[in-house]
Amino acid sequence: MATAEIQLKPKDYASEVHPDWCPGCGDFGILNAVKQALAELAIEPHKVGIFSGIGCSGKIAHYLKTYGFHTLHGRVLPVASGAKLVNEELTVLAMGGDGDGYGIGAGYFVNTGRRNLDMTYMVFNNGVYGLTKGQASPTRQRGEKTKSMAAPEIQDNINPIGMAVSAGYTFIARGYAMDVKGLKELVVAAINHKGTSFIDVLQPCPVYNDIQTMEWFSGRDRPGRSPRVYKLTDDESFDPVVHDPLDAGEIVSKKQAALGKSYEWGDQIPIGLLYKIDLPTYEDRMRQRKGFEPGAEARSIIKDATPGQDIALTLEQYR
Amino acid sequence: MTVINKLSWMIGGPQGSGINVSADVFAKACVRSGLRVFSNIEYHSNIMGRHSYFRVRVNERPIQSHVEPVDLLLALDRETLFGDVDAPYQTHRGHVHRLVDGGGIILDSELGVEVDEIGRDEVNIYAVPYADILREGVARSGADYNSKRHDIMRNMVSVAASFALVGMDMDQIVALLRERLGEHRQDLVELNGHVLASTADFMKDNYPDPFAVNINPIEVDKAPLYMRGADAVALGKVHAGCSIQTYYPIAPATEESVVLEKIKDDYPIIVIQAEDEIACINQAVGAAHAGARASTSTSGPGFALMIEGLGFAAITEAPGPVVCLYQRGGPSTGLPTRGGQTDLRLALQPGHGEFPHILVAPGDLAECFELTYNAFNYADSYHVPVVVLLDRCLAAGHWTIDDFDRKHLDVTFGPRYDSGKSREGDTYRRHLLTESGVSPRSIPGEPGGMFVTTSDEHTEFGKISEGIVNRLNQMDKRMGKLQVIADEVPEEMKWTLHGPADADLTVVAWGSTKGAIIDAMDTLKRRQNIVVNFLQIRMMRPFPSVAIGEILTECENVVVFEDNYSGQLRDLITQSTGIRIEKLVVKYDGRPFSQTEIEIGVHNAISEHAEKRLVLSHE
Repeated sequence: MATAEIQLKPKDYASEVHPDWCPGCGDFGILNAVKQALAELAIEPHKVGIFSGIGCSGKIAHYLKTYGFHTLHGRVLPVASGAKLVNEELTVLAMGGDGDGYGIGAGYFVNTGRRNLDMTYMVFNNGVYGLTKGQASPTRQRGEKTKSMAAPEIQDNINPIGMAVSAGYTFIARGYAMDVKGLKELVVAAINHKGTSFIDVLQPCPVYNDIQTMEWFSGRDRPGRSPRVYKLTDDESFDPVVHDPLDAGEIVSKKQAALGKSYEWGDQIPIGLLYKIDLPTYEDRMRQRKGFEPGAEARSIIKDATPGQDIALTLEQYR
Repeated sequence: MTVINKLSWMIGGPQGSGINVSADVFAKACVRSGLRVFSNIEYHSNIMGRHSYFRVRVNERPIQSHVEPVDLLLALDRETLFGDVDAPYQTHRGHVHRLVDGGGIILDSELGVEVDEIGRDEVNIYAVPYADILREGVARSGADYNSKRHDIMRNMVSVAASFALVGMDMDQIVALLRERLGEHRQDLVELNGHVLASTADFMKDNYPDPFAVNINPIEVDKAPLYMRGADAVALGKVHAGCSIQTYYPIAPATEESVVLEKIKDDYPIIVIQAEDEIACINQAVGAAHAGARASTSTSGPGFALMIEGLGFAAITEAPGPVVCLYQRGGPSTGLPTRGGQTDLRLALQPGHGEFPHILVAPGDLAECFELTYNAFNYADSYHVPVVVLLDRCLAAGHWTIDDFDRKHLDVTFGPRYDSGKSREGDTYRRHLLTESGVSPRSIPGEPGGMFVTTSDEHTEFGKISEGIVNRLNQMDKRMGKLQVIADEVPEEMKWTLHGPADADLTVVAWGSTKGAIIDAMDTLKRRQNIVVNFLQIRMMRPFPSVAIGEILTECENVVVFEDNYSGQLRDLITQSTGIRIEKLVVKYDGRPFSQTEIEIGVHNAISEHAEKRLVLSHE
């Protein structure tokens, strides 16, 4: 993927469109982390496809100078998956908000985990529907009431990391938008991972989320001012990587550990890699069925399908 | 007098009793004998137990539909004869009433059916002891009879008895079973062979008189193809170079995807079962943008979910996808395993907002193949979604055809963007305003062709814009494609006037009713000298208003046939041409038109006191 001769800088991925996100929005941190990650990996812009959903987060496709598809609310994963299936050589990044991915797009979030296509999905998780003016999102906890909600949330929140663990994602991480360096590292690792990588990115919404604010995440609101987010790499007892993918016992124990971490919230919020396993991708399995040698180089199917291709052999079976 | 090579054959029984394989063996044997066959199955939304039946019509001439009268009925149970009389509410009255005088019924003598019960003196009843024959056949093979293992072959006794009656060779069944079962199940082929021989002996000893119909093989160089419309669509897709098919299981569209699943490893095509139809359409749109000839197939309930994605495809000017919509009886879950032409109106406006798309409706095997093939050319040439409107009759009905004419098929693409020396992509406009409305495209991965596109209204560069002038320009660009398509697609693809220019009656119809209408035209002319012509409309959007208007203005007596309640094509014609066709024949019982029913409809339309809206039903 990376070519030694090419020197790319984050600004090489910046489009001429000025982001119209609100001042202080976590989306800026995510945009910077993505540009830095692509530059570090030296993936040429035309080899990248950014797919985004609908909402503030969805606009990111316009702010990056790559191939960009600003899709439908909740449907970003199917669109990205379809593109990746036929155009394997493209580096595919799918992005969307937490309402987009965990609410209207929940079915696709779950089922994309089953396939393990070689792509990355980032969810900009700010706990609110920002662009529709601050309604509660599926990650909003019961009883919480942000300033634009008419009444406290009556439903329970979902656990995105837990859902990803059970859906079968092979790379699961949580980032924090204000920790751009740490997030950049996660994005680099996610793109390098062969399989579907999922990053839940916590971010403040300075306009509508007056509970999980930047001050709240950094702990400046409490005595001692110790940050609420902490890095999983600081917990030496936690190893998120499955070292033997054939060991069913190890898989279960690593998934249990990730699930345990996913319920840490409030005073201690872990960020970093939560689970990783190397398994054959959908593309690998498909190629194997078509009779390719194991480990064959990625080759997009659109290069082989030819209009007018011969069907005579199949036709004869109908006589 | 014995009739040669002209037969209406039917087998009925509970689902799971081998109806499909029986009909397939009989039909295929006729095809191999050089004859033309049309067959179709009717079944409940059920896996085992409910009544289903399979009709096979055989002829030397090309035929494309079924007729109501049945010459030979194979009854695997009492319900096939008399209907579900014991059910709390009866849904059908069996098939005895469909038998022609001189026809025959093959039934299991253990059913204990009395001749009086059937009440048709002029029908021959062939009572065959299925179990005894099975036992004898199994004994001949040297095996021990075991009802659990061997009763499954009861249907073959029935089929073999029908072979014997019409004078067909049992070896043909053996040959077909050998192909179906494969090398590793040759023991089973042999066992069947013994059962068939026992049946043949029984029939020779007990029913030596010739039956009313005899099947005589005809020498042909090559047997014709025998397949369903769904097979033809699948093959049309592969031939067009389609590289991805997405689907979610739904009757009756699944048949096509199952065909593609079976052959996918022989071709560069991905077939993916998605989590729902919303995923299907969006995967296909993503794939189309990424460079694939992409498609998906569904039925009414799935199409209802896909309309959001069709609008997305249209506003982002994706080159496709091709969406095959197999109509079934709606609304809602409706009649899941039955048919109808009920979704034309939906397919004409598949989504909110205003956007261009192409809608075509094939009516037979050749059209299923060719219109599907062409759909990918349209998608690539005009960057619009293309809907191919099919139905259950086309999905599950079998026809014969010599081959698919492929020499004249071409490959067309819209303009491609040439980045030249530029690797920056700053100057490329994916939604460039052009005279044709089609903008040169690049394919993700190509240097210099970088673009962004969005489901929001956007500028030529694909950037979100709510500007008024831009909105007008982009709407005009997209909607203007419809006129370009109307101008460029040849008229002969859009409609055909079958039969003579002058006729006693002009039938207007679309889709799967074609076969029954063509067959009825032929019979009406030969037997009653009633001259009917048939205006078949294949392109529904953009609608060929001028041509259709001109033709209809010339016609004196016109009737529309549709397998729906309201006459959806009739309304489309009125809306597009201002012409209101007064006579309508509709059917909305979920069953396809037979040739017989078309003839009834024609007779009504040419009578002095014609009913303006004639409703037919299969009962």
